[in-house]
Amino acid sequence: MSDSQQVLRLEALRKSYNVGLPNETEVLHGIDLVIGRHDFAALIGPSGSGKSTLLNIIGLLDKPSEGELYLLEQPTSTMDDDARTALRGSAIGFVFQFHHLIQAFTAIDNILMPLMLKQGKPDRAAVERARSLLAAVGLEKFARTPPNQLSGGQQQRVAIARALVTEPALLLADEPTGNLDTHTAAEIFELFRQFNREFGCAVLLVTHDLRLSAACDRTINLVDGQLVGDALNENRVLTS
Amino acid sequence: MIMVGIAVGVAVIVFVSALIGGLQSNIIARTLGTQAHIRLLSPDEVNIVLRPAPGTLQLLQEDKRAQRLRSINNWQSITAALDGLPLLTAVSPVVSGPAFARRGEALESVALVGIDVERYQRIIPLRDYIHAGQLRVGGGDAMIGRQLADKLGLRVGDKLRLETGQQNNAVVNIAAVFELGVRELDARYVYLDLKQAQALLNLPGGVTVIDVTVEDIFSADKIARQIERLTSLKTESWMETNAQLMSALTSQSLSTNMIKVFVAISVAFGIASVLSVSVVQRTREIGIMRATGATQQQILRVFLIQGGVLGLLGSIIGVAVSYTLVWGFNTYGPGLFHIPIAQSLVVMSVALATLTGVLAAAIPSRRAARLDPVVAIRYV
Repeated sequence: MSDSQQVLRLEALRKSYNVGLPNETEVLHGIDLVIGRHDFAALIGPSGSGKSTLLNIIGLLDKPSEGELYLLEQPTSTMDDDARTALRGSAIGFVFQFHHLIQAFTAIDNILMPLMLKQGKPDRAAVERARSLLAAVGLEKFARTPPNQLSGGQQQRVAIARALVTEPALLLADEPTGNLDTHTAAEIFELFRQFNREFGCAVLLVTHDLRLSAACDRTINLVDGQLVGDALNENRVLTS
Repeated sequence: MIMVGIAVGVAVIVFVSALIGGLQSNIIARTLGTQAHIRLLSPDEVNIVLRPAPGTLQLLQEDKRAQRLRSINNWQSITAALDGLPLLTAVSPVVSGPAFARRGEALESVALVGIDVERYQRIIPLRDYIHAGQLRVGGGDAMIGRQLADKLGLRVGDKLRLETGQQNNAVVNIAAVFELGVRELDARYVYLDLKQAQALLNLPGGVTVIDVTVEDIFSADKIARQIERLTSLKTESWMETNAQLMSALTSQSLSTNMIKVFVAISVAFGIASVLSVSVVQRTREIGIMRATGATQQQILRVFLIQGGVLGLLGSIIGVAVSYTLVWGFNTYGPGLFHIPIAQSLVVMSVALATLTGVLAAAIPSRRAARLDPVVAIRYV
């Protein structure tokens, strides 16, 4: 895989909490990982393995204690908060387990929010893009609906549309189907698949649902802060 | 809820300010209604002491000279000069001195005030104070105060004998009885024509006082100093003659300002605490916004603006409430005086409340901006 095909590269990445205190604990013990431009990968591991910590570091929400993280070939350890925020805003899309929509906004405004944060008042093109994404997740009728009037699956769709509105290179999803029933979960998973195909954005999906991870192209296994497995999947079918 | 708090705070500030402002301007209007803003008098007569020869020691025992009634030198040209000053609104030369008013056996000490009605009217609107009769002096007509009229049992049309102890006595016709509302003045003032008063007081062609009113009553002091330098006359501004009133007004303003400051502080703390709670409530949303590319400055701005908007809206409601209060006071209140609400007061209050909102939001906003997005997103 050539360098230009990488969206993310981790080199000897370590993370410790309570640094300098008696209860200092290292949760990530030297992670080396490369995610390609069009990867569709699942990050699995038991609770407490450091999945969320790793995801936060990859999402530039948290900083590694040691090691380097290259996002789109840019080293990030020396960036200040504003630069990290700008890179996060343009290169990464987040989907969380609890959809995390802003309740005061309508569905379309939630989708537009990342653009508004970046460029102020959304222009026609931005609104167009938000509308087409809303249509892509099958919610074109709910543009003006506040999130609390949508079902859990619908809210998660809005959250996915929001994550994609900035055309990120990497889509991070933390247990995106964690609180959805299996049928809805399969639909949401298909959306990720579809966007990975159509927009060519890399997807990294944190889950402990083995059926879900088996349906991804690649499974990265994290146990006790160490990568213990990284394999391509043969049989990629999600059964609902 | 906090809107109500801000509104009440602003309403209190505006209402108290308007009330005290109305009260003060009422007091001042009443005080100044019966006196000139500045009085110009002849400088006191002093003993002129010969300078001692150099090298000699001079021991001096001096009695202060009695101040006799005398005319202001050259008052015509001074009056003409003052007429040309834009700071002054009216100038009225007056001759005044002591006399006795006699009716039969009754004797009252009075102050003769010789006026040019036209000019004097602009200093003290005598027409508004006429109790009975007509505003008219000259041709043997005089106007006396109500207290004096009661004491001497006089009515409009009656005759009154004035004695000045200078062999210049006169019998005048009462053309009007006025009531200035100040007992001292109503008991003592006798308004005469300038010429007649000059004759009675043995000051032919002279005036003893030049009364002046100014545009800005609170700069009377300063203007008095200027006129003093200009004319080398002795000046008395109303602020000096009413020093007690002035200090009362000043301390009243001070106490209102204290009230305003403390109300403003409690409003500020109200806004700050509401925003603190709001930051906690919206921790997760702040986390999402940070995760989707909001910078710390953007989060900071959101909460600062929110504080400002709270202050703005709350103060607008508060101003509306205070208008209602003032209207109620003016319509149904004791009716002692009318309270005006100055536009500038309203604008100032709204601006200050908005600024207070922004300032009060500073600490919660900083906390919001500094939230660790990792922690914020997991916050439930």
